Amino acid sequence: MADVPIDIAYTARLARLSLSDDESARFSAQFVRLFDFIQELQQLDVAQVPATAQVIPLSNVMRDDEPVPCLTQDEALANAPAREGPYFKAPRILE
Amino acid sequence: MMETGHAIRDAILRRERSAEETTKAALASIERLEPSLQAYLTLLPERALAKARDVDARIARGERVGALAGVPTAVKDLFCVKGARTTCGSKILDNFVPPFSATVVERLDAADAIIVGKTNMDEFAMGSSCENSAFHPTHNPWDLEGVPGGSSGGSAATVGARSVPCAVGTDTGGSIREPASFCNIVGVKPTYGRVSRYGMIAFASSLDQAGPMTADVRDAADMLEAIAGHDPMDSTSVDLPVPRYADALRDDLSGVKLGIVREFEESIAVDPAMATLYKQAYADLERLGATLVEVSLPHAKYGLATYYLIAPAECSSNLARYDGTRYGVRVDGDADVFAMFEKTRTAGFGPEVKRRIILGTYALCSGYYDAYYVRAQKVRTLMKADFDAAFASCDAIACPAVSCPPFELGAKTQDPVAMYLMDYFTIPMSLAGVPALSVPAGYVNDLPVGLQLCAPAFEEGRMLGIAHAYEQATRHASAREPVAS
Repeated sequence: MADVPIDIAYTARLARLSLSDDESARFSAQFVRLFDFIQELQQLDVAQVPATAQVIPLSNVMRDDEPVPCLTQDEALANAPAREGPYFKAPRILE
Repeated sequence: MMETGHAIRDAILRRERSAEETTKAALASIERLEPSLQAYLTLLPERALAKARDVDARIARGERVGALAGVPTAVKDLFCVKGARTTCGSKILDNFVPPFSATVVERLDAADAIIVGKTNMDEFAMGSSCENSAFHPTHNPWDLEGVPGGSSGGSAATVGARSVPCAVGTDTGGSIREPASFCNIVGVKPTYGRVSRYGMIAFASSLDQAGPMTADVRDAADMLEAIAGHDPMDSTSVDLPVPRYADALRDDLSGVKLGIVREFEESIAVDPAMATLYKQAYADLERLGATLVEVSLPHAKYGLATYYLIAPAECSSNLARYDGTRYGVRVDGDADVFAMFEKTRTAGFGPEVKRRIILGTYALCSGYYDAYYVRAQKVRTLMKADFDAAFASCDAIACPAVSCPPFELGAKTQDPVAMYLMDYFTIPMSLAGVPALSVPAGYVNDLPVGLQLCAPAFEEGRMLGIAHAYEQATRHASAREPVAS
């Protein structure tokens, strides 16, 4: 059985999630099983193989810069959990 | 009784029936079955009936109507529909009402399909049973104790129950093909880039692809033609002409070389009933004139490991946007913005989504990035090369879509790895970006099983042609009636 190299609490914090002790324990056991087969990739010699990010490679995709109708301010803000005038409202990020 | 979308459209065009009465019948069937199936998250009866009346009025005036005129169509709740609640199966989008429609939805509207509602799904399309929906599970119309498959489980269930002939789903690692197999319908994952992803809520952007889930192959051909094509709003959509896929449908397979995958046959052999069903399917293909050749996908066994690094990595990045600031649900954090992010995400995401975000965040962490994420991308190159080599000696591949018929609700919910293994036969095609479909292939323990066909990139027409010949010669889906219909 593979070791689980994940520090779950630290990684969850990076992902802005908080896990209960119970969840951490459950995830930890599940990651052990998952890493059993993830580690299989280490058997392959891929030193000379290029990485594929996307299988149908397109590069420098451009379109003409033509003005088209866009959302109104009210439409863009319609789903805002909180708004103040024409702005999304969120807690302050600077002291 | 199974009624196809093209039969409905043809009858409407001949004015034997109206789009409005067709829509009302579909809505009545959905309403009757919802207590047992729970296939939908949101129904759109007013939108549907308004569209149906518009189609009828234009037909009455002798105006041109679209290729899907009057065809009741369900849409997975991952596609934005302007003005209609769109949750992606998640509590974090419980209250989200998109201000625009996905390109797929706009194209369905332009083809005069009647969109009847938004279907249930695993949260953010992460799952293979529809049980990861934050709202409720969906039941399989062929066995109400069974799962419909996932993540496009609601779309598969409502078509399988014959409430509507057509639906759209999305497939990242098998999310169209596995539920299509489980619900006895046709499900097509097009080539990556064939269909615009604009307005689809992103899970794994290098893999996600929308496709038809339909009563028969001809419906899939018609719908794919309607939704495929270049879209300036999606820079990964490919600018190639869209063929008339219906013209590629054929009735015999003479001259067609079909690859049988050695590694997949070794895997399916562990279940004699499944192996027997697929042997019969290959024999049927041969009887239709196809030549069978053995091909090898030597890296297919690394598919799951590769996929469960790449897809979670992309998901952890895509789902970073759900922080309670601009849309969706917010949980306040005592005036602290980071506490707000954390509380919102912790309350809004279900366990499977959290699991994948953590795994993906880890795979992208500095120090592990090369060992996991980059290595997986390199194996992806090998996987694609496997398919290129296989297609050098065959026109298309025929193989299992699934390792088992639909399983019981709850059977795999405590074991995520067992659930992940459900995508064993479908993930390699997703990683290689090639088109693949599932077409009904018979029954094991009286439950439906699909045959998977796969073709080189952008050869959807060839693949649909083969599926059509097989379907017309075997007629597995129309031979029986679902428990719920």
